[in-house]
Amino acid sequence: MAVDKKTLKELYARTLKVRLFEEEVWDLFGQNVVPGTLHLYLGQEAVAAGVTTALKDSDWIQSTHRGHGHVVAKGADMNAALAELLGKKTGSCKGKGGSMHITEFGAGVLGATGVVASGLPIAVGAALSCQMRGTKDVVACFFGDGASNNGTFGESLNMSAIWKLPVIWVVENNFYAMGTPIKLTCPSQSIAQRGEAYCIPSKVVDGNNALEVYEATVEAVKRAREGGGPTLIECQTYRMKGHSRFDPAKYRPEDEAEHWLNRDAVEIIRKIVIEKGAITEKEADKIRDKLLKEVKKASKFALDSDYPDPEEALDDVYAEAL
Amino acid sequence: MAEMTYREALKEGLREEMARDERVFVMGEDVGKNWGGAFKVTKGLAEEFGDDRVRDTPISENTIAGAAVGAAITGLIPVAEIMFGDLITLAMDQVCNQAAKMRYMFGGQTSVPLVLRTVFGGGKNIASHHSQSLESWFMHTPGLKLAVPAFASDVKGMIKTAIRDPDPVLFAEHKLVYDKKEEVPDGDYTVPFGEAKIRREGADVTLWGTFFMLHKALDVAEGLQKEGISVEIIDPRTLVPLDKKTLIESVKKTGRLVLVTEETRTLATTAEVAAIVQEEAFDWLDAPIKRVNAPDTPVPFSPPLEDYFIPDEKRIAQAIRDIV
Repeated sequence: MAVDKKTLKELYARTLKVRLFEEEVWDLFGQNVVPGTLHLYLGQEAVAAGVTTALKDSDWIQSTHRGHGHVVAKGADMNAALAELLGKKTGSCKGKGGSMHITEFGAGVLGATGVVASGLPIAVGAALSCQMRGTKDVVACFFGDGASNNGTFGESLNMSAIWKLPVIWVVENNFYAMGTPIKLTCPSQSIAQRGEAYCIPSKVVDGNNALEVYEATVEAVKRAREGGGPTLIECQTYRMKGHSRFDPAKYRPEDEAEHWLNRDAVEIIRKIVIEKGAITEKEADKIRDKLLKEVKKASKFALDSDYPDPEEALDDVYAEAL
Repeated sequence: MAEMTYREALKEGLREEMARDERVFVMGEDVGKNWGGAFKVTKGLAEEFGDDRVRDTPISENTIAGAAVGAAITGLIPVAEIMFGDLITLAMDQVCNQAAKMRYMFGGQTSVPLVLRTVFGGGKNIASHHSQSLESWFMHTPGLKLAVPAFASDVKGMIKTAIRDPDPVLFAEHKLVYDKKEEVPDGDYTVPFGEAKIRREGADVTLWGTFFMLHKALDVAEGLQKEGISVEIIDPRTLVPLDKKTLIESVKKTGRLVLVTEETRTLATTAEVAAIVQEEAFDWLDAPIKRVNAPDTPVPFSPPLEDYFIPDEKRIAQAIRDIV
């Protein structure tokens, strides 16, 4: 597939943007200003960047508990996203959601959910809605290898296949469900194999290579928009950190971790994009400087923002208070 | 006004809303042409509106509910059906974690205008997995509205209100009221949520209850009238929002309250209502509040067992006599 220079540059910028955002989150966490827990997207940036670059603004994504990267890649406002993580009034969810529910509906994010595998049925409904309303929009639904062991995986893949829904099932296979390795939970060689069982075209791609993810998504989006139904893309990737904030991930074999941590998603796409002549080293650095400035600005915005008034806890239960 | 069954009135409400607004569609197991719904509520709708808008689904309750959520937040108004109330246990994540919480946990960014129809109640000898009355679970779930229509004259206007409501509505029906007939208003009318209806005026005791128990209570009240006991009967019509005002005013008038539902007793909706009344009308009560519920057991199968389980007219009458 011939990918134009503008798109290559965008793939690099988007992967990097997610990386810088998550590094800032990690830093803020170190300052103890992030309440609760968080599930960092560090390491998996190429998946969100590759998928969302193949989408239109009006297309939807369904996110997960590890959702910061999806939301930022889809174009959510970083000020509001960081403020949400800090529990601030100016957060995209007014401080009601936090890390596991970080969402910006206006950017095409259906929601991030704290219940593993609960996003798949919602993606089915959103894709059904696109189909019934004739919008030609598509839905990309992110979920992990762990989610593919839940009943909704089978229910939702099946429903998407019988109705030929415009949905792209994006499995982020990072090989661990919290601390449990996939070899203990999944008898098939890949999650893609499971997709085939529902008569859904399925493939495995290198989830640390944004270009590969992008190319697979473009093909899937085309199929979906043309009425050809769902596609499953298994993106094999790896967490740079543990499952959540206090997890050092000691359960991962050293050689395995080393292999993956040497395959840095940002470095991979940077190298490809420069080699293909889309940008120079200097331009790449310039993009980095610009994005870093944006992230720092967002961080300051979040830190400077006020917390919600306590009684705001009572708002937004219903459209009108009962 | 025309006399029709609860089932016919409900279907007419659905049909009129589907004709009025093309965003409205029905989905669920066997709701389409081949069956028309397990209780025949949607029979004929697929012929009129097509298979797309009256959509048969696989047996996948969690994804039926979740697909309704996804459709609702992106511009459609789904009326999804869970064939039996007991089976909603398979969809609890989507109903209680997603539909109910989305507006709140996303800070008001989104509305979830879906209707989830299901049916509660026993009386058909279909045992523990097809007979429960689980309304208190959902009254305990902030973010959901809970409609409990018990009469044909209300159900049409209530399904219309549910469909037009911007929040997720669990629309609970009861198996034994589908064939009950009443005069139903013609054409477009709605029943506002949060407004109870006094089904029978009385002076000596207030009876608050839901579903088929209200039909039994109306018969009981006729009998007790001959004994000189005047019973006022209140149908809340929705449990969320709950009309406290009508209830409290009635209790202040009669000074006595009997609560009757088919739920198992512990933490039934009747427990919450009793707590509200003692908080807000304690000084007007002349007797302890009485609860009439099913015992704390699964719903049994064999007719004598189920008859014992479900509160009957005798128990309702006795509870009233006990405090009057």
